[in-house]
Amino acid sequence: MVNLVIDGKKIEAETGTTILSAARDNGIVIPTLCHHESIEASGACRLCVVEIAKGGRKRIVTSCIYLVEDGIVVDTKSERVLGVRRLVLELLMARCPESEVVRNLAEELGVKTQKRFKPDKDKGKCILCRLCVKTCEDIVGVSAIGLSFRGKDKVVGPPFTEDSKACIGCGACAYVCPTGHIEMTTGNGGAERTIWGRTFKMAQCSVCGQYFAPEDQLQYISNKTGVPMENLTVCMNCRL
Amino acid sequence: MSTINTWDDLNKAAKRGLARLLPAKVKIVVGMATSGIASGAQAVYDALAKEIANRGLDIVLSKAGSMGMDCIEPIVDVIAPGKPRLSFSKMTAKMVPILIDRVVNGDLNGIQPAYRMDEMELLLQGEKKAYFSGSVPVDCSGIPQINELPFYRKQVKIALRNCGMIDPENMDEYIARGGYTALHKALTTMSPEDVILEVKTSGLRGRGGGGFPTGTKWESCRRAEGEIKYVICNGDEGDPGAYMDRSLMEGDPHSVLEGMIIGAYAIGAHEGYIYVRNEYPLAVANLQHAIGQAREAGLLGKNILGTGFEFDIKIAKGAGAFVCGESTALMASLEGKAGEPRAKYIHTVEQGLWNRPSNLNNVETWANVPVIIARGGQWFSGIGVKHSTGTKVFSLVGKINNIGLVEVPMGIPLKDIIYEIGGGIPGGRKFKAVQTGGPSGGCIPDTMIDLPVDFDSLWEAGSMMGSGGMIVMDDKTCMVDIARYFIEFLVSESCGKCVPCREGIYRMNEILQDICAGKGRRGDLELLGRMAEAIKDGSLCALGGSAPNPVLSTIRYFRSEYDAHIRSKKCPAGVCKALIQYNIDKEKCTGCMACAKKCPVEAISGERKKAHEIDQAKCIKCGVCMETCKFDAITLS
Repeated sequence: MVNLVIDGKKIEAETGTTILSAARDNGIVIPTLCHHESIEASGACRLCVVEIAKGGRKRIVTSCIYLVEDGIVVDTKSERVLGVRRLVLELLMARCPESEVVRNLAEELGVKTQKRFKPDKDKGKCILCRLCVKTCEDIVGVSAIGLSFRGKDKVVGPPFTEDSKACIGCGACAYVCPTGHIEMTTGNGGAERTIWGRTFKMAQCSVCGQYFAPEDQLQYISNKTGVPMENLTVCMNCRL
Repeated sequence: MSTINTWDDLNKAAKRGLARLLPAKVKIVVGMATSGIASGAQAVYDALAKEIANRGLDIVLSKAGSMGMDCIEPIVDVIAPGKPRLSFSKMTAKMVPILIDRVVNGDLNGIQPAYRMDEMELLLQGEKKAYFSGSVPVDCSGIPQINELPFYRKQVKIALRNCGMIDPENMDEYIARGGYTALHKALTTMSPEDVILEVKTSGLRGRGGGGFPTGTKWESCRRAEGEIKYVICNGDEGDPGAYMDRSLMEGDPHSVLEGMIIGAYAIGAHEGYIYVRNEYPLAVANLQHAIGQAREAGLLGKNILGTGFEFDIKIAKGAGAFVCGESTALMASLEGKAGEPRAKYIHTVEQGLWNRPSNLNNVETWANVPVIIARGGQWFSGIGVKHSTGTKVFSLVGKINNIGLVEVPMGIPLKDIIYEIGGGIPGGRKFKAVQTGGPSGGCIPDTMIDLPVDFDSLWEAGSMMGSGGMIVMDDKTCMVDIARYFIEFLVSESCGKCVPCREGIYRMNEILQDICAGKGRRGDLELLGRMAEAIKDGSLCALGGSAPNPVLSTIRYFRSEYDAHIRSKKCPAGVCKALIQYNIDKEKCTGCMACAKKCPVEAISGERKKAHEIDQAKCIKCGVCMETCKFDAITLS
């Protein structure tokens, strides 16, 4: 166990936990956008930065990655921390003017739109948090989408922005996206699902007749687990 | 090549090498680093080969790297028995027959050498070898000695000790100048801990930018748990205008290899990588060649120098992303992933390449290591100043007379570099500032010309040592435009992983572009200042963390210039096109029509012998008219 102080509160945390989770376990709120408890942290959004004092030296660290240490004093709302958070939100509002999630978070934290920044028109709601990419790679295991280009041109999508043959249409990327940037639509009375420009045929539940999963996804599960396809014909609701 | 296993073997190679460095017959050496080739050295080399063959002469023709004074290349050195080594500058293929006449027939009237070298210093052995015995030949006494030239007088060559002196493709020449003796000493007489202690004693700090103590880094990596460890050489030099590492890899590749082998021994690593950008084809070729030679001689591979120590090096070619010079991004790239940095809370000496303990040092750092082992850490720490020991290589470029690569003791006053070594500003113009530390360094103003050049002084001045770029600016340089230029470079080189760097620098660039275009607003400087602090604090890696430096340092030292752009919509240096206007002074204009002929957009009209006029709507503000006019009739407002 490790003893530390966060915002004046004495806290005991397990060795190996991050400052972020130690804070949240103790009811201290640190805002995040690119963090998800099931996905390895990348530290991309920088909203979760905190200031730590250690051995007389103060510095800004990323709380979603930085592990708790004995004796450190953490300030989650110092002037420097708020300076970073304010700028990050101002920048994200300029990048994604249509994102309600970003706007609401900014409002919650008292950050106003920075009018000096010319709003982007081509970025949609994508803040490049890379949760979708990591989900597709680490959780689903298909790596159908990735990041291409660098800097301001960086973009999420299938390789060469062509229809991805690897995509199984599972929609996990759309599910995990914090801002709702990834579009997934249902068509033909539920018989089709379109995501990343590709349309998938949905399988029908053999019990209730509902469309419940893309056929490609069931095939992928069958291949991966060895469960025959004929055992994957019942939807979650009917299985319960 | 025969195997080198023992001290005797090294001595034999050294003898062979020395016979090439101090030859019994005439030898002509052409400086063939990229800087030489760019000024036409290949044509000179070819012409020399042809002339020697045509005349059936018994002359050895060889090549070398760069001595550093790139502004007078191509440089051809003549080493003749009983004479000093003579260096001829700005050579062309046409001058080759005249040079050969001088060498063969003693015709001294044709072409004159720029300088002479009476002896060569063997730094690792701590001795000097004369090119001739007795007094200086009469026909050479009028030629200045190399160390009398202002460019070389205050230089101390440690990392660059062999550049320009040896044929980089010849390992014997490297050994003749003490090469691989430090490796022999380390492997046969020192424990890994001894080696680390020696490096710690030297006070050597990383030359790639961070300035982290090298010995301490090695010690942490040695102590880190893990069977497999790596040593990595960072040759991903990416600062605009900087080419220290390129010159070293091209001119003296074995010094980098020897440093790495010694480091690997100290750390306990058996695999090494040199990450070098593919835009450095000659560096890649010379390194590859050197690795091949070292393997053949048994200096890389199993049982090095018969000691049982095993180590080998592979070259990885980078695609030229600036961010890949950052250690964690470099390692990601080595692993075949996109070059993106990660937070360094777990140090790379513990978990680096493929999550194994990895020790990364820059090219110049590695090249210093053999000297430290051969001469001792104590000796090394006597050069430079207390917390910045040894020397530093700088590439001196921009508005400076002597453009080139210089190696100076740490702590040397900036003015010595600019005015003595650099020879001052061309055209008698005024020195305004110098950008050190690359695009994310800072601008140091003329008022700080006495600043000692070392890690800590540069840091306090709001800049940094970086890897050693030094871009000199004169009074015709607009500091707002310079800040915009560097920020624009960083915008295109940001990896895009974290928000403050990707979006923040982009927005800074937007504002700076506005200011340069006369669209700056009140409050812009305050906003830039606030953004800079947040970007420094909030960025994931050192690229973002230092990116605001050019803006911060130019605001700090040249605030009035920003104010002029924002409030008065004026560019005092006359650079920002939206804020300047060229006019013709009717009193002075003679109507010679020279400017009208040169104007690329036909914006200048007027009859012969009558005052001309510039059509402001057509004018693209290129300034050609001003350069052309012999009567100072073009004014800039």
